[in-house]
Parts: sequence; structure tokens; C-alpha cells
Amino acid sequence: MTFEIPIKSGASRINEVIIGTEPAQVKIGGQNCLPFHNFEGEIPNKPIIAFEVYDVKPENWPNWLTKYYEDVFHDPILWAKKCVDDYNAEAINLNLTSADPGGLDADPIKVAETTKKIRGEIAVPLIVYGCGNLEKDSVLLKKVFEINAETNLLAGAAEEDNYKPIAAAALGFNNNVITLSPVDINLAKQLNILVTQLGVKPGCIVMDPVCSAIGYGIEYAYSINERLRIAALYQGDKAVSNPIINTVGREVWKIKENRLSKEEAPEWGDEESRGIIWEASTAMSLFLAGSDIITMRHPKAVTIVKEVIKELLGGEVK
Amino acid sequence: MAISGLDIFKLLPKTNCRDCGFPTCLAFAMQLAAKKIELSKCPHVTEEAKKALEDAARPPIMPVTIGTGDFSFTIGAETVLYRHEKRFEHRPSFAYFISDSMEDSQVDDILSRIKTQKWERVGELLQPNSIYLKSEENDISKYVKLVEKIASSTKLSLILINEDIEAIKQALQFCSDRKPLIGSATKDNIDDFISLAKSDSYPLLIKGESIEDLISLTTKASDEGLKEIVLDSTPKNLKQAFNHQIYIRRAALERKNQALGYPTIIFPFKLTDDAIKEAVIASIFVAKYAGIIVMKNVEPESLYPLLVLAQNIYTDPQRPMSVEEKIYPIGDPDEKSPVLITTNFSLTYFLVSGEVEGSKVPSWLLIMDTEGQSVLTSWAAGKFIAEGIAKFVKKSGIEEKVSHKNIIIPGYVAQLSGELEDESGWKVTVGPREAADIPKFLQNYKI
Repeated sequence: MTFEIPIKSGASRINEVIIGTEPAQVKIGGQNCLPFHNFEGEIPNKPIIAFEVYDVKPENWPNWLTKYYEDVFHDPILWAKKCVDDYNAEAINLNLTSADPGGLDADPIKVAETTKKIRGEIAVPLIVYGCGNLEKDSVLLKKVFEINAETNLLAGAAEEDNYKPIAAAALGFNNNVITLSPVDINLAKQLNILVTQLGVKPGCIVMDPVCSAIGYGIEYAYSINERLRIAALYQGDKAVSNPIINTVGREVWKIKENRLSKEEAPEWGDEESRGIIWEASTAMSLFLAGSDIITMRHPKAVTIVKEVIKELLGGEVK
Repeated sequence: MAISGLDIFKLLPKTNCRDCGFPTCLAFAMQLAAKKIELSKCPHVTEEAKKALEDAARPPIMPVTIGTGDFSFTIGAETVLYRHEKRFEHRPSFAYFISDSMEDSQVDDILSRIKTQKWERVGELLQPNSIYLKSEENDISKYVKLVEKIASSTKLSLILINEDIEAIKQALQFCSDRKPLIGSATKDNIDDFISLAKSDSYPLLIKGESIEDLISLTTKASDEGLKEIVLDSTPKNLKQAFNHQIYIRRAALERKNQALGYPTIIFPFKLTDDAIKEAVIASIFVAKYAGIIVMKNVEPESLYPLLVLAQNIYTDPQRPMSVEEKIYPIGDPDEKSPVLITTNFSLTYFLVSGEVEGSKVPSWLLIMDTEGQSVLTSWAAGKFIAEGIAKFVKKSGIEEKVSHKNIIIPGYVAQLSGELEDESGWKVTVGPREAADIPKFLQNYKI
């Protein structure tokens, strides 16, 4: 009895995006098959994990997470370096929380300078998110793209209501932009079309379709990733043929299951292992559904997901 | 798979004898296609026609029901590759791994966990619902004693695994009425296992050294009339385990390969020595098609997130991204309870309602229709603004439910508070920006 592997060929290709400059450069995308389906297609670039770094000392992180970073919380440059040197980060995701008008409301020029400094200090690519305030981000990200001109920086997010100045700056200074739309395939598509109409090349766009943790609507995020990827590969929809980024760390570590200790919630077991499993399993589920970059926090969760990715791609397996 | 009346007609005797109660064979065929009548009503149908019709009517992946009573579960019967196409029907069962080489204390520990390890989530009790009982020592009486002990101490569904059929036969005396899954049938013992499984309709676990091997074994079992089969493709590593799940599901659904049209079993612990990694590997097979996931790491910190993930992945994909605009009472609130407001984006609602519930402070949660947008997005889009919120608060009917006029708004829209006070006449308190900070906030909140 012979068994013929049921392959689905003839898929289109995801755009390849180059992030950073040599030697701190990585390529993502470029595949013409579903995640880890390299039995029927090519995956020239593996999915990557970026460590989340914040330019303000985070509040409300549990002890079993802060213990890995508390010596560097005061300085995002040291923090980023620690992720690279001690935890083998393959990319850094810097979040410019200090610019938030609801918080420190820091000056965009000063905030943007941090991004350049960090880029100079680390040998891995940098991915920047603004503060989430639409107005402030449109000013801030312009500065970020300007100060890091011509470096293939990936930054965002450009949303429906602020994409114009952000995408125009990404284009003008030859960088890559993240387009963010909330869990909706049509909105994602629409935003990418608008951004490309400004002149941004498809190979310079990464989509953030918004994600959520296990227990908090991961099924929506899972299916949006999967639908975007299937539309790109099997319906040849060029408007969504971009790599996908999911910000898992910030979603997973804000839920109550990762705030309560073993003493406070004995029924949920050991708090640190719980956090690692919650973060790693959320990330793995979203990688399976189509993510190309995931941002994470716990070093052990990152290590495990990296190993699993390598094995799923058919790397060295014990 | 649907089969047309005409296809059925071709297989009937075409004598129009009326013994079935219908005037013509064609009329009978149409009734059969509409599933309004059973094929057995035709006394003249040939064995070949019967088999052809059964095959054609067979679901592409057979349902398999294991166990009886509260912990009985069905796996298989899936019809799609991706959950957004049509819901995934039957969540994987998580099974506690127990072997006859374990110390008594270890077995007792698992038995006591079975009693306590259950978690309520969105009104549903989540827990592993089966036990995988494996023989690792060549000792029939030891295995049978273990099965007796387990069967008498728990009602979870049982999976009896011993390649010595004699041990299974003896073990069944303690649980033959509980419809255990038995196995593993391999090419060396398949005939004995098939006749045992047939004797009392036990579902059978079939283990193949390769997919080809599996196909020949399941074909044999199916030819003997077995319908409830679970597949173990014995992957050597994670890559192979993942590929096999994809191959089997696709072959069954897209290539109509009936020999692979059964649910599967996966053993994450065989793919790693690390307990945490075992849980992460298990998470892969929640979305990627496992029917049973056998766990050695049975700590709550690994089982709980996995059970919640399975609950999430197997929900109806048609469930909208927004929730209904209305007042949601949380924890039996009264006229003095706090009032909170947020938007009707489901992810926002899940987070906020979960945290309000976790705070143990009975509260009224006002959910405003913002077309399913989150707080910041709907604020930016002019949907979650003072004027609209004031109107909604008025028409929501909350004024009749509470004796105060104090409302808590999300921290991200702090800037609305002044205008909202003017528009609504309610005193506005700015709540936390992140839902996780709600419990601390509510516990300290004084109206």
C-alpha cells in the first residue's frame, strides 16, 4: 500500500521584508506554503521572536517576569543589550511608552533618539512600536523614521486614522511600516491598499491584525492570521500578501492568570511555569496560524518556542 | 459525504417490487438520499450494494465515542481543515498518563489530582476526561490489578493499552460496561484485537509503523466491520508528528481516503523530556487536529491553559466580534454597586468582565455599541465620546437600577471625564487603563 502525501501546490508567495542593515539584518516572509508546511513549499526565512523592551519602567509586571530584567528597567539600551547578550534575542521590539500623552508625554525628538541609540548598540534588528496614541504616534513615528533613515527599520503602527503621515515617513526615509487593524480581514486589506497607494512598496509592509491571549479571544486572532495567510497563498490576494506580526507578550502578561501567584490562586499551579506555558502556547498557536514575527517577554518561553519552531521546520531533532 | 438519489438508484435491484413500501426503486432511492428511510427496508439489496452505499454515506472522518456517563466523549467527525470554515466539532480529550511501572504513590497522586483538578471557565467545567493506562512491564496480573484500582476509583473514560491481548481481556472484566478504548493493535496482533473489539463494540486504537502500515491495518479492521478506530502514526519526532496530522486530516477530507478517516492520538512527552515543553508541544496539536492528547505533565499550570485553548479553538467561528449593547450585572449587584462602562468589542468585553468578576465586587457593567471597536479606536473614530456615552447611559436604564450617579470610565479615555460630567450629570471616575488593574481599583473604590 503506497501513500501519496496530499500536498496543495500552486500557492502564491508572501512578500519578503528585510528588516535592519547588516550585520543586524533579518529577512522574514518569502514563503509559498502554510506555516511549517515545508513538505509542500519553501520557507526561505523562519519566523522570528522579538523581545519586548519598554522605554519606561513597566508597572504591574509580576515578580516571576521582572526578575529577569529589573537590573535594566531604568535604561532601555541596557535592557535591549541584556536580551541580546543573555537571552539570545534574534530581534528587539522597542515600545515607546514614554511618549504617551496620558503618561510621561515625552518629547518625540528625545524619544526617537533612543531608537537610534539602541540600534547602534545591538547586533540584531529593531522593531519599534509607538505609544498607541494615534495623534502622538503620527508625530513620533515620523521622527523615528527620520532619525533612522535608510536602515530598513520596521516601525508602527499605522492605523486607519493616522496611516498617512506614518506611511509617508516610512516611504520618504526608506523604512518598513507596520499596518494595524483590529481583527478584521477586510480592514487589514483596505489599510494595506491605502498605504500602498501612498507609494509604500508591498515589500515594506508588515501587518498587525491584533492578537489576544489564550482565554481572551485567541480564537479570533488565530482565525484572522489563518484567513489572511490563506487569502494570500491560495487566492493570490496581493493586498494581504504581507508578513504578519503579533504582540503576544503584552497581551499575555496583562491577564489575571499571569498576575496571581501560586499562593493567591493555588488551583492554577506554579506561577512562573504557568506564565511560560501561557505565553509560549499563545505564541505557538499564532505561529501555526501564520505569524512571521511575535513579540514576547519571558526568556524561557522564548527559548522553548525557538526550539519548537526549529523542530517544526525539520531542523536538528534529538 | 452526500450521495444523490440517482447514485443510490443505480445500486438498487431496479425491480420496482414495492416490498419497501414505495412504488418504484427510484422513489425509494430518493427517500434514502433524503435520509428519511433505512436501506434495510429493501429486502433484495445485494451485499456489494450495501457496502457501496455505506461507504458513500460514511462521514469523511468517523466519530468515535469513548466512555460512558459524565466523562464520555466523542472525537472525530470533523469536516474542515480550518476552523473559520465551519466550526471544529469535537475538542481533543486530554488523558492522564498512568503506567504499571509507576510507584503506588505516583498513581495515588494522579488519582487525587483527578478529583481536584477541574476549572470553571465561561460557565463550563474543564478537566481532562480520560486516563491512558499503559503496560510497561511484562506482567499481566500487575496490569490487571492497576486497571481494577483505577476503574474502581474514578469515572473518567479509560484507554487500556497492552499489546498482550490476554491482559486486555482480563482488565475488561472491571470496565467492560464503560466502553474503554482498547489497544494497541499492531500488525502482529491486529486479528485478535479486531475480534475482541467486535465482541463488545470497543473502540480500537491502531498503531502503524508508518502511514502506509496504518492504512493497511485500518482497512483490515474496517473490512471486518469496525467503525470506531483511533490512529497512532508513531511519529519519531515533532516534525513528523505535525506532518502526519496534516497528512491524515487532508487525506481524509480532500482525498476521500477512508482508511485514514479516523481521529488521532498524540503523545507530546515522547517528543521532549522537558515538562514545560511537553505542554507547549501539546498546544500545537490542539489546533492541529489531535483527537486525544496524552499528558505526563499533569500539573495545573500546564493542563489549565491547554484546556482553555481547546475550549477557545473549538468555539463557533460565527460568534461575532462584538457583544450586545446592554447592562451586564456581574456578581449580583444592587443599587449601591459600582457602575463601569466600556465598548462592545468582544476582546474588550472578555477582559473587562473577567476582571470585574475576579474582583469579587458586585458591579454593573455597561456595554455600549461602538460597532465592535476597542476603547481607543472607537474614541478616535468619534464613537466612544462624551455626547454618545451620555445618551447611552440615559437610555440604558441604569438610572433605575442604582441609587447613585457615579460612573467609571476606561483609563484610556480619561480626557472625556469633564465633558461627560457636563453632558450626563453623572460624577465620572477614571478607571485603570489595563483591565488587569480593575480588581485592585474596584476593591479600593468608594462611591
